[in-house]
Amino acid sequence: MPQIEVRGLAKTFRVAERLPGLAGAFRGLFHRRMRDVHALGGVDFDIERGELVGYIGPNGAGKSTTIKILAGILNPTAGTCRVDGLTPWRDRRRHVAHIGVVFGQRTQLWWDLPVIESFDLLRDIYRIPAAAYRDNRDRLIALMDLEPLLDVPVRQLSLGQRMRSDLAAALLHGPSLLFLDEPTIGLDAVSKLAIRDFVRELNREAQVTVLLTTHDMDDIEALCERVMVIGNGRILVDTSVDGLRRRVRNERILVVDYDSAGEAATVDAPALVAEGEGVRSVERDASRVRIAFDPDRLPAATLIGQLLALGTPHDLFIEHPPIEQTVAELYAEHDMRER
Amino acid sequence: MSSAALLLRYLAISLRGQLQYRASFLMAASGNLLNCVIEIAGIWVLFDRFGDLSGWSFAEVAFFCGTVNATFAMGELLATGFDQFGTLYVKTGDFDRLLLRPRSTVLQLAGHELSLRRLGRLLPGIVIVVAAWAALDLPLDADRVGLLALAMAGGVAFFFALMVLQATMCFWTTESLELMNILTYGGVETASYPLPIYHRLFRRFFTFVVPLACIGYFPIVAVLGVDDPLGTSRLFQVAAPLAGFAFLGVAIGVWQLGVRRYTSTGS
Repeated sequence: MPQIEVRGLAKTFRVAERLPGLAGAFRGLFHRRMRDVHALGGVDFDIERGELVGYIGPNGAGKSTTIKILAGILNPTAGTCRVDGLTPWRDRRRHVAHIGVVFGQRTQLWWDLPVIESFDLLRDIYRIPAAAYRDNRDRLIALMDLEPLLDVPVRQLSLGQRMRSDLAAALLHGPSLLFLDEPTIGLDAVSKLAIRDFVRELNREAQVTVLLTTHDMDDIEALCERVMVIGNGRILVDTSVDGLRRRVRNERILVVDYDSAGEAATVDAPALVAEGEGVRSVERDASRVRIAFDPDRLPAATLIGQLLALGTPHDLFIEHPPIEQTVAELYAEHDMRER
Repeated sequence: MSSAALLLRYLAISLRGQLQYRASFLMAASGNLLNCVIEIAGIWVLFDRFGDLSGWSFAEVAFFCGTVNATFAMGELLATGFDQFGTLYVKTGDFDRLLLRPRSTVLQLAGHELSLRRLGRLLPGIVIVVAAWAALDLPLDADRVGLLALAMAGGVAFFFALMVLQATMCFWTTESLELMNILTYGGVETASYPLPIYHRLFRRFFTFVVPLACIGYFPIVAVLGVDDPLGTSRLFQVAAPLAGFAFLGVAIGVWQLGVRRYTSTGS
């Protein structure tokens, strides 16, 4: 049985329409026009125990709404959802005892308390047995390198330090399921890598199921086997990272370096497309040439063969198109704009 | 850890935090103290001019005044999280954080802060009660002390409930409404005087709708050992404080409705 089972999940918010200007604001006091906003319009998915799933979509697509419903802090308008056999919003207290939630934008810790005291308080809130707490705490402190931060009040931590502490705090009670909502937002490169390593480790070693929302496609590439793309309140794509790339456009980029710009200039599309229409574009930048091609129509070996016939490259390698671009194209295809 | 123990943990942490800001604590507490002293001085001035209040002596009225102030202070002490609920939890969305923890929201908010500056009202309240007790030459027996303790416990529940209701409104209005101050601060003012001096409608309201008199006037009449000009029986007076707990039960029920609204609107 999947750990998370979501069927037909829908959420409609009623919001008051705002009229423009001060006069409009006054009119809104007495007469309100309500408008329905369909944040989720029937979402289905399963997540198996031990999966690490990326959940992406433009702002306003319904990511946070989904996470909030799964975490038990928001009731859906329609649909069902079982997490470890419980309906999150009906059995809130029992449900949240077995999950961990981290919001990148907001700390779950106590602003004025030193990190270690926040941890101790969480032990009491979650009723963590003393031995389990000691083990978990010491392991997390070591993994996230929190030792030097333990006596620092949370408000004095940098964003990266705070996020590490928040992650540790969300795991003290040993949840089998972790929701991460934009955990790397605003972090520097080093902190991002630390968070990614940690999440990967957690998923592989401790078999913790992770559902991750992010706008950083590097997070997705570094961590996730599976990606769900949501737009306008519906799941558009539920596939592997490779599948996501293939779905939009099967493309590779051959990057070729020559010794001089002159040599590079001999490479152009007409010289290559004779074989077929596998070449999508050729860009030149001094002595570097970037050839975008469709590997199904034009095998990489054939393309390289053609290039070698034209001249002698200094170096060449094949790249995936950045997944960001893939996702942007997917959003465009479904006409998803920020709402 | 049990709920009671966890509440104490929360409160201990809050105390330590506040003691870090000593100047702020001292000033806020002395502000509250001054307020309370001025209130009782005002009552004294009145009595000095008019002698008595339709048969009630200064010491008796001081007994009412001191009790309700001490009671209110204890209620406020525990309900600071509810008092500041709108700005601290709803507006910021921080209420989500409480919902993500496997504990009741009421418990977590009660543990939000044990606001020490409320001691500025609690201490003079207790001093006034003790002084009035002595001035009236009341015997210090278990019945009286027990009943006063019950009245105060019911009163703490009552004022706590008012704060819970005030906080519940924030689910609809976001910001805290000052409206409830009519019942909290206004209630303290009202309960500082004996009930019979008020209009009949007022008396009904504060007995049956918002049971302020049930945790103040009625049990105190029994503690003072006087006959109630309103003609209530001793049994009623002794049982009246239970209304405070019932009121709290109702308030928590309404609170749960508010929470349900929050979790279906997400704001």
